[in-house]
Amino acid sequence: MRATGRTMNELDRAIVNALQGGFPLCERPYAQAAARLGIDEATLIARLRALLADGTLTRFGPLFDAGEMGGAFTLCAMRVPAEDFERVAGIVNAFPEVAHNYERAHRLNMWFVLATETPEGIAAAIRRIEAATGLPVLDFPKIDEYFVALRLTA
Amino acid sequence: MNDADIVRALQAGLPLVPRPYHAVAESLGVAPEALMARLGAMLKDGRVRRIGAVPNHYALGYVANGMSVWDVDDAALAELGPRVGALPFVSHCYRRPRRPPEWRYNLFAMVHGRTRAEVEAKVAEIAALLGDACRARDVLYSTRILKKSGLRFTGPP
Repeated sequence: MRATGRTMNELDRAIVNALQGGFPLCERPYAQAAARLGIDEATLIARLRALLADGTLTRFGPLFDAGEMGGAFTLCAMRVPAEDFERVAGIVNAFPEVAHNYERAHRLNMWFVLATETPEGIAAAIRRIEAATGLPVLDFPKIDEYFVALRLTA
Repeated sequence: MNDADIVRALQAGLPLVPRPYHAVAESLGVAPEALMARLGAMLKDGRVRRIGAVPNHYALGYVANGMSVWDVDDAALAELGPRVGALPFVSHCYRRPRRPPEWRYNLFAMVHGRTRAEVEAKVAEIAALLGDACRARDVLYSTRILKKSGLRFTGPP
């Protein structure tokens, strides 16, 4: 069962709130982070293991930006007829370049992120998705990013 | 040791052992100090966004996920975009192209809340910040996750 905000104890909440960034780069980083939380290294490691196991955390570690490392991304949208939605979702999801795909309540009702190793890969993937589904794909590449690290309060 | 090696060694996460960087460095066959210095450099130039816990929105109770989209005067976007991105409840904020006639919006701001009412209140804060520079807006709620995969890195070793 997944943890929810309601069932988290105060320590877990403090860990999630304190460690969404700034984890130390040193020989004993868990010990250093634990000291700031007033606990010991073994307790912090055990709590992180539990938070990962119950799905409260999706991962713990460095968050890489593939765009900064030469990969390419874009956001795409499609207007899929309701009666054809499941079939089209199956076709789109089968493309390995599709990293995330969401159904959204809008005339453009399918929104997915394409991730490829090169910028040229994006256009090729869009052409193949259009050919496989018979539907046009609108492409919304980012022009600018106004980003501040996400901090969710547990 | 190139970027792809580092991503591959760490994409599953930092090992939950007392000396995690030492453990990773050993698997890569490099000195721990070199790995830590490299990660520090990657943090500085943006290849690493941050190091720490990545929470699951849904597990924390953030079940309302709205993609707010805004038609903002292009001339005002350079000044207003960073202010929207800096709002604590906006997780991702991008300028993207309009696609007329289907799509008039050029600013995308992802807003997470525990309820739709909470998202609506946050969207109203964005509207107040944008003021007269905003001509139209919409909020697209996700109704279903169709696919969610982690970032894969499939380049040659």
